[in-house]
Amino acid sequence: MHKATNCTKAVEMIPDGATLMIGGFLGVGTPNRTIDELVRQGKKNLTIIANDTGRPALGIGKLIVAKLVKKVIASHIGTNPETQRQMIAGELEVVLTPQGTLAEQIRAGGYGLGGVLTATGIGTTVAEGKQVIEVNGKPYLLELPLHADFALIAAHRADYNGNLEYALTARNFNSVMAMSADFVIAEPDHIVPIGVIPPDSVVTPFCCVDYIIERCN
Amino acid sequence: MDEKVVIAKRVALEMKSGSLVNLGIGLPTTVANYIAPGLDVYFQSENGIIGLASAPEQGMVDPNLTDAGGGYVGAVPGAASIDSAVSFGLIRGGHLDVTVLGGLEVDELGHLANWTVPGKMIPGMGGAMDLVSGAKKVIVAMQHSAKGKSKILKRCTLPLTSVRRVNLIVTELAVLEPTDAGLVLKELAPGVTVEQVIAASEATLIIPENVGVMPISENETTAARA
Repeated sequence: MHKATNCTKAVEMIPDGATLMIGGFLGVGTPNRTIDELVRQGKKNLTIIANDTGRPALGIGKLIVAKLVKKVIASHIGTNPETQRQMIAGELEVVLTPQGTLAEQIRAGGYGLGGVLTATGIGTTVAEGKQVIEVNGKPYLLELPLHADFALIAAHRADYNGNLEYALTARNFNSVMAMSADFVIAEPDHIVPIGVIPPDSVVTPFCCVDYIIERCN
Repeated sequence: MDEKVVIAKRVALEMKSGSLVNLGIGLPTTVANYIAPGLDVYFQSENGIIGLASAPEQGMVDPNLTDAGGGYVGAVPGAASIDSAVSFGLIRGGHLDVTVLGGLEVDELGHLANWTVPGKMIPGMGGAMDLVSGAKKVIVAMQHSAKGKSKILKRCTLPLTSVRRVNLIVTELAVLEPTDAGLVLKELAPGVTVEQVIAASEATLIIPENVGVMPISENETTAARA
């Protein structure tokens, strides 16, 4: 299968109202060209699952500022005052989730698990409305899996088969999200011929990746 | 000595060779400046690096190498990059020896509140809940009071970060240790009296017969060991 495509065509596949997982941590390892194209095409009523909402002019923050988002599931929105403003004004639903729990919910969604048990959040507002399960006398919260229609992820190198490598802290949620969506769109810094990335260096295997964004539109 | 330097120097003395340590953004980050030279401490940053180093000189940054605040950092030789699931597996799974975090409130039960002021500040908890619930040792590094109000309370008024009891509280006035009996005054900052600490705390403190003085040096960049 020929996976390489351009930004425009890749984003055209995303319908209004879609649930998107977007990789990155404060804009590092965020698929910025794909986000710019989402803004350009004006996709609406999106649900975003991500670590954070970037900054107003950075990464996922641009989607918030353009008012394309109806719901955010994230661990941190402190660097984007616009997210907080829209939340307080009732224009945007925000679910704040501990970062490690968010990673595990996404992982569970991609690994075929019915949820995860974590001690994080026990006795706090995070536990409200959630099932507590005791294991060996210790209470854990049952956190349910997350799944998305599309995962938009940034990688350092891809081969044309879709194998992905990441760079330093730009990996973050990307490799986890690559398992947890119906369609995975990868935006690599470089695309290299098949075979250039050795098997032991592959972090996300090609079978998870549906589309690779080419460098130029 | 600057109040924040007192706190950072005292917290630095808690670091042991071979430790994996996570420093929060802000004051906790400055602890790294005062760790004794030669001490084999590795820093973990929850966005996915073990072996964090200070920022490289200007013009030498890698945009894909940042700390959890998004600031450019370096990495020591032998560092490892990891994804967010592994990063928090380390944090929750008992692999992280020490976490140092800032605080808004700490109480007599050793509970920490540091992630939200409802109606005013809603940044989200980020990694704080996992860090406080999971790290082997939790150190709160914060100023004793804010805007004239004590941050050492009988009971936290803000939403808790975790119901796990933190291990140590270090302020510019004192070192406090939460125990089954309550908050024990372990050490005073140089020049500070027991009465000053009591006056600055809303919580009732347990005062042992002998209260030590923080073994920190005045003028060196690196704290001297006691």
